[in-house]
Amino acid sequence: MRGRRLRGALYAATAVLFALHQDVWLAKDSRLVAGLPVGLAYHVGYCVAAAVLMALLVRFAWPRGVDGEGGGGR
Amino acid sequence: MTLAIIGLYLALVLSIGGLSSRLLRATGEDYFLATRTIGPFILLMSLFGTHMTAFSLLGASGEAYNRGVGVFALMASSSALVVPLVFLLVGVRLWEVGRRHGYLTQAQYFRERFESDGLGLALFAVLTALVVPYLLIGVMGGGIALSQITAGQVPEWVGGLAICTVVLIYVTSGGLRGTAWANTFQTLVFMILGAAAFFVIVADLGGLAAAMAQVREAAPQLLVRAGQVTEAKLLSYTLIPLSVGMFPHIFMHWLTARSASAFRLPIVAYPLCVAAVWLPSVLLGVMGRAQIPGLQGPAANGVLVQMIQMHAPEVLAGLLAAGVFAAVMSSLDSQTLSLGTMFTQDIVRHYGFRDRMGEAAQVRAGRLFVVGILALAFILSLVTQRSIFRLGVWSFSGFAALFPLVVAALYWRRATRAGVLASLLTSAVLWIVLFARSAPGADESLAGTGIMPVAALVAASTAALVGVSLVTRPPRPETLARFFPAGAAR
Repeated sequence: MRGRRLRGALYAATAVLFALHQDVWLAKDSRLVAGLPVGLAYHVGYCVAAAVLMALLVRFAWPRGVDGEGGGGR
Repeated sequence: MTLAIIGLYLALVLSIGGLSSRLLRATGEDYFLATRTIGPFILLMSLFGTHMTAFSLLGASGEAYNRGVGVFALMASSSALVVPLVFLLVGVRLWEVGRRHGYLTQAQYFRERFESDGLGLALFAVLTALVVPYLLIGVMGGGIALSQITAGQVPEWVGGLAICTVVLIYVTSGGLRGTAWANTFQTLVFMILGAAAFFVIVADLGGLAAAMAQVREAAPQLLVRAGQVTEAKLLSYTLIPLSVGMFPHIFMHWLTARSASAFRLPIVAYPLCVAAVWLPSVLLGVMGRAQIPGLQGPAANGVLVQMIQMHAPEVLAGLLAAGVFAAVMSSLDSQTLSLGTMFTQDIVRHYGFRDRMGEAAQVRAGRLFVVGILALAFILSLVTQRSIFRLGVWSFSGFAALFPLVVAALYWRRATRAGVLASLLTSAVLWIVLFARSAPGADESLAGTGIMPVAALVAASTAALVGVSLVTRPPRPETLARFFPAGAAR
């Protein structure tokens, strides 16, 4: 039950991260952050956030029934 | 000096292919799938190297030269989320299906999943046709890199021809194991040299702050997304990375994994690798606008190489040109091998030529097919007037339109043969119509709305798949039992 809730929460977080890709609030902002235009810095941070989310998905929401080792074939 | 470095690099890649061919086990499965023994790191490098191509270096910098930093959001950060999700939800399951049933190609899976020979043949034709523009951008990238780094002394066609020849040699000798090794080496080369290029060029420009100040002076509009990339365009571009779910070469690399858990590292590391490659490309493209103003149309494809030439010492310029070659060849090799595999498995063997042809003749037929496709891409590279970025987007849009097919095959029991065929046909016809109506250099969105053709393609493909499936006879229970075994949750 707890596992299912966690899985659901992670997929909800994925949807939120997808929505956050649309950075309307930064579209006209030309300030520099860490030497980069703020919109670009935001999307670099977005990539880092995606990596963190993927680490959580891989750990807690791995596809069910797919754990087998390789070596098979025709 | 530059040419000598590039020549040495090409020889090195050939020797890696040759070395792996000595270790090749004399079985078809080792040639086509490296006996499904590839571990996490090589899988990450070969998947990433295969996915990144001239599009990510020359295309991204050329597009950033024209449209600014918003290009990173258009393709890189959306891919950072969507691509690893596709690996997790589609790639891992396809690996499992491929292992269980012994598939080597997508057509084999779809043919058996939907019990239709015609579907397998149609899928082979559509996938092959869509790979051609993808090959084309690699051949163009190689030509541009070599021509510009030698200040036009070497014509573009020589670089394209050199890349095609080297790839053909090491792919045919080393199979997928050789391709995976060469990909790993080349991915490391272009990631390390890309970072080196960035730091050397930025240092030569007086540091990041000075370089950005020059851009603010020359083209301040490139530092913001507004005015360059609309909200509709940004949103519809997020559909393009779905293409990775139907790339034949990515499918082939998925199947090489030695276990499902080998996917964990590629899934987690992919977003970071994307940022590491695209950030320097986009920034150098934007900075190039201040350094080399006035590049028009496809000429912007060469801005990265011109920046290298202007701001890096000759030895490094040669190495960096080799890095561009590495990015191009690490995709071209897998695409080439996947086409050869598809032709051998889906046409030669499936349609009974195996009874009339010996093993060697079958392999020769596969190689001849690949030579023919590469020759076609090479000829097209001599005449095309489109930017690398936009050609890539058209190719990816076509593959993205096929994404609903693989999702339905894996997750939707009610999907029918007729539904999948209708979806495939709809995607192919609509892609041809939209591509034929688009003009090089013009706004590629639908009727100037900012909505990219990929949105229409995915919507039409999904509608055809769902609509026709619901009004046609469901698949047989025995078929479903093969692909949705009891206890396997979806």
